[in-house]
Formats: sequence, structure tokens, C-alpha cells
Amino acid sequence: MARKPKLQETEKGTVLFNVDPIIIKDHYEVDYIHSYAQDSPFFRGLAEGRLLGSRCPSCDYTYGTPRAHCMRCGDKTEWVDLPLEGRVHTYTTCYFGGEEFLEETPFHLILVEFDGVDTLFLSRLIGVEPGEIEIGMRVRAKFRRLSQFKVTDVYFVPA
Amino acid sequence: MRDVYIVAAGITKFARARPKADFRYMVKEAFDYAMRDVPKLKPEMIDGSVCSYFSDHFTRQLMAGIMAQDYLGLCSKPSKRVEGGGASGGLCLQTAYDAVASGRMEVCVAYGFETMSRVTTWKGNEFIALASDTNFDYPVGGFYTGYYAMMVRRHMYEFGTTVEQMALVSVKNHGNALHNPWAQYPMKLTVDDVRSAPMVADPLTRLDICVMSDGAAVCVLASEDAAREITDKPIKISGVGTGTDTMRLADRPHDEVILLPHENPEDYRGLKYPGVHSFRAGRVAAKMAYEMAGIRDPLRELDFIELYDAYTSSEIQTYEDLGLCRYGEGGKFIQEGYPRMDGDIPVNPSGGLLACGHPIGATGLMQAAFAFWQLQGTIGKHFSGDDTLQVPDARRGLVHSHAGTGTCITVTILERGF
Ligand SMILES: [Zn+2]
Repeated sequence: MARKPKLQETEKGTVLFNVDPIIIKDHYEVDYIHSYAQDSPFFRGLAEGRLLGSRCPSCDYTYGTPRAHCMRCGDKTEWVDLPLEGRVHTYTTCYFGGEEFLEETPFHLILVEFDGVDTLFLSRLIGVEPGEIEIGMRVRAKFRRLSQFKVTDVYFVPA
Repeated sequence: MRDVYIVAAGITKFARARPKADFRYMVKEAFDYAMRDVPKLKPEMIDGSVCSYFSDHFTRQLMAGIMAQDYLGLCSKPSKRVEGGGASGGLCLQTAYDAVASGRMEVCVAYGFETMSRVTTWKGNEFIALASDTNFDYPVGGFYTGYYAMMVRRHMYEFGTTVEQMALVSVKNHGNALHNPWAQYPMKLTVDDVRSAPMVADPLTRLDICVMSDGAAVCVLASEDAAREITDKPIKISGVGTGTDTMRLADRPHDEVILLPHENPEDYRGLKYPGVHSFRAGRVAAKMAYEMAGIRDPLRELDFIELYDAYTSSEIQTYEDLGLCRYGEGGKFIQEGYPRMDGDIPVNPSGGLLACGHPIGATGLMQAAFAFWQLQGTIGKHFSGDDTLQVPDARRGLVHSHAGTGTCITVTILERGF
């Protein structure tokens, strides 16, 4: 047994913001192992320049954002190609955002509606200035050449 | 099911940051305020509790509910956390209601908190946006103000709602708060002030949106027998309703309006519902609570409302969901002055979330506390002697708590007891 046990000192220190009360910087970071699971075909589709939705074979409801099971009747849905042209259902221009997206401001968010499709799709619209977007405006899907396997591999431009 | 009453309530003054008090201390502060109001309620009479806080990210302490329970000295009594985004406080109140109504408890404490100052405002916005689908929504530019902006943009398109009408909500709520000593941001504003504030997500400006807060709130619920022992001013919970909707705005259906008793299908011919312009969960919650409380015409049968106005637009949309006016008439409703203090039905007499702040897990309980004091007629007592905001002879009120993009919504009807 050591005669004088002692912790090793380090120069790690702590970032201190205030002393009354004591406020310190408390760092936290994590990499998740995230599976797109049943949504995976959608993200593969983006890499192939396809925008996939899903359709319920039982009640014919067609989803502009895919889901593996129908929210109306509970049946398993089938993958369908969505048209690559649609219309702006609603929109906004964000001048602020969550920290992750702050550097990208201002950016335009749109919900896209497609002919013959019952639900919508959330995406970015580029190539327009604030004030140039209108509900009903025709828009066309474009895909990143180098996929990131994120929903942002697809975005829209004026048709 | 038994009748359930609120017998006491307490809140902390909401602030951008309370660095000298952690969540346990704030809950204790609100709890002690409530206990001081009803000296006949002894700690040993409390059978258990329900806790609400929204975000493990803000708290970064799992099982924080039990830590609050521990700090209040309520261990080893039963307790559990309920979570439903921005509606967590409303769900907490209703879960405590369930505990007493079922006969499992005679006295149940509902407490909630949030400590949003632990990150910067923009990191906080990122956390909140994680309450949107992280596969399909969040990565596109996760930002709740953006989502609400898209919803109200469609509301404007469908119904002709204007940004000036939205600004009137901000003017009203910040103005009411001038007489609420608990409020975080009381302000005398004009429509011009609201419109000339920095644009956050078009058409919502900085003054169309509530802020981040630290705070806690508590309501104590009791059975009739217990309530009679504790207070001579109990307030009865006469209706509870809860609704939900799809997580993704994109998935909202385009069906027919869910009608309240005073509405007709002809009112809404051709209207696709809820789309992204209305909150189906709010309508479902209201319908359920009205049926339970026997309310057929809410505008006439309610004396005031405390509702979720994290955005001026959501207040206008909620007038419609609650059936105070028809769908599409929410803008006109505020323009004509109905929800003002001197109007037919004061909405957010406290100043709402816009002016009081929105420490998420505490918010629904704060709204219930304000409604409880309104119905007791004790606003002056709890507002430093200023009873400007006391709704004269208030007998029945509604509390509305709301999450996500209208993803989970609670409506609770309160009325004078005994
Ligand atoms: Zn189906």
C-alpha cells in the first residue's frame, strides 16, 4: 500500500463564467448510431435521383412523405415514385434558426404538394429571393450529386 | 370518477435565467408558495405527485422529477414524470386529476419546471426543434418559428388573416402583463412596434414569439373531502380533454372539420381540415372537455381563457379550435376586441406565454395557477395588490396547453367549486 495516496494533478482545468453562483462550461457530445430502418429506401432513392413516397394498397392513400404503415387503415404501404414537380403549399423565410442552421440563414422552407398525392413534403427552396415565393408556385426537385444520405439530398427550385 | 378540485397553486417569477436556483430549488419555491396559501394542508396529507419537464437536453439530468420529489421532502410517496412537449404542464395537471378522480390519491401535487438558460438561445431552439421528425423535418432547417410561420402563412392564404391582426395579440398580451408582477416581459406596444421588430421567420417577428425562460409552477389537487378540509375557495376541474396530431406537418390530413355543437357543416363547405392551418388536436381536446363540462356555446359559457400563445398566430388559430369563432374568423375576432380585458371573453388576461415566458414543463401549470386565482377572485392578493387583471365575477375558465406543431394539446375547464 502506498504511504501517501494522491491523485495525479492535470492541467485540464474548467472554463469558468462566473463565481457567484459558480457557472462553468459543461461539454457534452455524442455520435449516435442511427438507422433509417424502414425509411431507408427513401434515402437510397435520393442518391438515385428518385423522390419516393408511399401508397396504401388498401385505401389508396398516398403519402408525400413516406411511412411504412398507413395511418388511416394500418396496412403496410408500398413505395411509389413521386412526381419531381409540385407546388408550394406554404412557405417561410427563416432569418434565424437552431444553432446548427444559423449560418445558413436566410433560407426558405416550403411544404410541397404533388398532384394525386394526399400529403405533403417539407424541403428547402433555393434560387429565389425573399418575397418572390407564392403559394401555388410550381417547383421542381433537384438532387445533390454527392449524396449525404440526409433528407436535404433533395431540394427544390422554381420550375 | 370523483370530482377533483384545485386547492392551491404557486409559481416562480419566470426569468431568462435563474442561475442562483436550480430546478429543484425553483419547484420548492413554487411549492412553498402554494403551501403557505393553505396552512390547513399539511405535508402528510399529500399522497403523491406528478412532475413535468420537457427536455432531457435542457435538464441534462435524467430522473430529475424524482430529484424534485426528493428536494420537496415527498419521498417515499409515489411520483412520476409526464412529458408531452409544450403541453407537458397541461398533461401534468390532467395526470394529477386522473390520480385523484380514480380514487388512488386524495391529494396530489402537480409540479413542473424548465431550465432553458442552460444553453444559448439558438442552441435552445435546436433542442426544441428536435421535437420534430429527426429523419424528415429537423435536418431541413429545424426551427419551430419556421414551422409556425408556414402554418400561419397558409392560414393567411385560406382566410385572409393579416399580420396586423397577429400583432394585436402581441399588443394585448404584453399590455395585460403590465399588471402581472410574475410576467417576464410586460410591455406597452403598438402594432408598428411588433411589425418593425426583427423578422425571425416571415411573417413572424421577434415580438410575435415568446422567449426562453427558467421557472417552475405547482398546482395542488384534491378530492372533495380533502378540499373541504383544506380551503373554502376550491376550484373544480369540470372538464378535461386531450388531442393529438401527426408529428410531421406534412402528414396533416385534408378532411372535414370536427364540429362543435354550435357549428354546422355548411359553415365549412370546401374547407380542407385541418391542413396545416388549424390544430385538430386542439379541437378534439376542446370538444372532449366541453362535453364533460356541459358547455355548448363556449363564447357565452366561459368567462376567460388562458391559452397557448407561444406565437401570436397560434393564439388566433386557437380561438377557432376552441370554437370562440368560426374557423377563419380568428383574425377578425381579435380585431373586434373580443379577447381583450374589456371584451366578451378575456383571453390570456395574465399576458400569456408571450409576456409571462414559457419554461416549457411549467407553462401549463402556470396557466392553471393564473386561472385558479381568477376563479377564486384572488388575483389582487397574488399580484402584489393589483387587481386590474381580475375578471369580474369569473365563474368558469379554460386552460389550454399545446405542444409541437399542435401535436399534443390539452384543454381543462375550471369552475368555482362547492
Ligand atoms: Zn390505408
